[in-house]
Amino acid sequence: MSFWPKSRTARRRLTIVLAVAPVLALAAGLTLWGLRDSISLFYTPAQAKAAKVAPGRAVQLGGLVLPGSVVKHPDGRVEFVISDKTDTAPVSYQGDLPDLFREGQGVVAEGTFEPSGVFKAKQVLAKHDEKYMPREVADALKAQGEWRGSGAAPAYDKP
Amino acid sequence: MTAELGAFALALALALSLAQAALGLFGGRRPMLAGAGEGAAIGAFLGVAAAFAALVTAFVTSDFSVANVAANSHTAKPMLYKLAGTWGSHEGSMLLWCLILTGYGAAVAGFGKGLPAGLKSRALGVQGLLGVLFLAYTVFASNPLARVATPPIEGRSLNPLLQDPALAFHPPFLYLGYVGFSVVFSFAVAALIEGRVDAAWARWVRPWTLAAWSFLTIGIALGSFWAYYELGWGGWWFWDPVENASFMPWLVGAALLHSAIVTEKRGALSGWTLFLALAAFTFSMLGAFLVRSGVLTSVHAFAVDPTRGVLLLSILGVSSGAAFALFAWRSPALAPGGVFAPASRESLIVINNILLTASTGAVMFGTLYPLIYEAFAGAPITVGPPYFNLVFGVLMGLAMLILPFGPLTAWKRGNLVDSAAQLRIAGVVAVLVGFLIFGLMSPRKALASGGVALGAWVIAGAVVEIIQRTRAFKAPWPEVRRRLTGLPRGSWGMTLAHAGLGVFILGACFETAWKVEAAEALSVGGQLRLGGFELTLKEVGTVDGPNYIAERGQLTVTRAGRSVCAPAPERRFYPAGKQSTSEVALCNLGFSQVYTVLGERRAGVNGEPAWLVRSYYNPWVQLIYLGPLLMALGGLLSLSDRRLRFAVGRKP
Repeated sequence: MSFWPKSRTARRRLTIVLAVAPVLALAAGLTLWGLRDSISLFYTPAQAKAAKVAPGRAVQLGGLVLPGSVVKHPDGRVEFVISDKTDTAPVSYQGDLPDLFREGQGVVAEGTFEPSGVFKAKQVLAKHDEKYMPREVADALKAQGEWRGSGAAPAYDKP
Repeated sequence: MTAELGAFALALALALSLAQAALGLFGGRRPMLAGAGEGAAIGAFLGVAAAFAALVTAFVTSDFSVANVAANSHTAKPMLYKLAGTWGSHEGSMLLWCLILTGYGAAVAGFGKGLPAGLKSRALGVQGLLGVLFLAYTVFASNPLARVATPPIEGRSLNPLLQDPALAFHPPFLYLGYVGFSVVFSFAVAALIEGRVDAAWARWVRPWTLAAWSFLTIGIALGSFWAYYELGWGGWWFWDPVENASFMPWLVGAALLHSAIVTEKRGALSGWTLFLALAAFTFSMLGAFLVRSGVLTSVHAFAVDPTRGVLLLSILGVSSGAAFALFAWRSPALAPGGVFAPASRESLIVINNILLTASTGAVMFGTLYPLIYEAFAGAPITVGPPYFNLVFGVLMGLAMLILPFGPLTAWKRGNLVDSAAQLRIAGVVAVLVGFLIFGLMSPRKALASGGVALGAWVIAGAVVEIIQRTRAFKAPWPEVRRRLTGLPRGSWGMTLAHAGLGVFILGACFETAWKVEAAEALSVGGQLRLGGFELTLKEVGTVDGPNYIAERGQLTVTRAGRSVCAPAPERRFYPAGKQSTSEVALCNLGFSQVYTVLGERRAGVNGEPAWLVRSYYNPWVQLIYLGPLLMALGGLLSLSDRRLRFAVGRKP
């Protein structure tokens, strides 16, 4: 084994590299593989329409709950409309809404668009106090010139 | 007056910390200065303790002229939550952080009698520097004792989600863990200044690491338990940035625990142990920054303010940057440690460390990737649990596979074939458990069965290790008994912690794979099917709590016609903050739980009132909390080992 170094320190370093390299390679490979399906982009309804989000792709849809759009069905299904003031998207959600879900206030829904254009939410996040709006929603509304009021404060609330 | 005295004591503590830093760092060779530094460390702790006591008093007496109390307390709040409100806000929790930071400093000054004088003095100096940074931040940027000009009549109350016993004790334990790593950090920097890392140093670092890691384990478990039953989402870990922020120091701490043993016993890996000692507290500070700055959107973050984030990031940058620069400069000069063969306990611990740090890296990457992505691509994203489950699961799975080999393999030069032969029975048990679960459970899940088998492997491995050490089933009973009682506590602690990890894996895999969920809007008398259970909503009444009003549902759970339990979930409304929360009802069935949430009132099919009832059957979920408890107990048991407390190692 001519490539095996003679010096003891060099040999030890080589052993360490040989031990560490496969683990790091594994970790890097897993990271890239894992990130493929786990990243979900954030859209407002207008952005989602412009980007033509493919049905079945996991994304987050954020905006304000359109006042008067919330319909609660007896089977536990909830339908509401998310609006970013320029466009709207219908959302269907099976489950309990977060305690602080209110009409006219910011929410982020996680889920997928159906071919019909309805957003099927797996999870709905809402804010913890009146002033607050999810950061992405606030930024998107600011970018679209629809921002009013200052929002900064606590946390989200899942259902 | 109390608040002003507290504010003054806090400022005094800042000055004393400054003195502690200067005296400690220059007192390395001057015993007079070093002694004064120790006094300053104890004084700083007393100062912060006085400030903390002042804040507690303000909360207990509902003194709404203190801004922090007005924002976070309410006269109608139960006493426990008035107390917990002290650390329920950003300012109060920073004060708690400082209290613990200076407390650890005082503990080093008071209990470190056997420490080499130079090391002790310099470590106290570095601890003092950390104290200066955090105390200055608290005094100047987030003063918890500031007054308001016109005190309100009533406070705004603490977020009702935080009014919970588990969460009342979660921050103190979490901070005892987070901040406990500061001692290790200070010892590491002191060792780098001295340019000497030996077995004695590692022996001093180990108990502090053990204590911090054990507290952190309890803190994270409490937080996870709170999220499990207070948030009402039925889950216990979401790979949320705030959860990851507390998990990263835990992982690094676990790696440090193991590498410090190698440094102590064999004098090897000293540079690596130093690196981990610096990294553990760096991750603690990173956690504080992530949680408080709001740079990442989290479901748990509270009291978020971007301007504070910049300051915290500066503290992180200054202290860790300086420490790692010192490390880069001084570590090449450290004496190389003992050599070991590729098949030895040292090597196995090295692999354990590589896997633990690689998974820390993966968790960190997943947590920070949204920031990186947004900076470069300009679009906000989130990284979901599948990423973490895959990367973390595979890396930790490998670590679990090799774990039982560690304690059975000799130092320096071991024989893995012998270890494998000793572990044969554990392997058989694990494979049997795996196949049994695969065959019995429906739906059939190969991966989860494998996970359960892995948990059984780790537990059985821990049992085998005790059997081998005591020569049970081989030697006559008196000898076994002598060996059993002769085993040091540290060794029992290790076995307990390893077994606890196995218990946790059993619970985590089982619960994740075979939990059952059902939800339906029920009117009174309505029924809901949950796997093999039948839930019936008997009635819904109203309840008056101390600071809330609630709707309470009375349900019965039956299995095959036989009554199992009667959960009573609540939906509470807190008028003070105009917030409502769900109070989950938990039914224990062995290690499993039936978890019931009462949703808000809505119109039923025929117009009668109905409530959305959501229920989960979480099999073996209690193991998820029993496991970390065993791990923490193992850590504390090791901590009580005489060898760690008294015998100070001399240079080998």
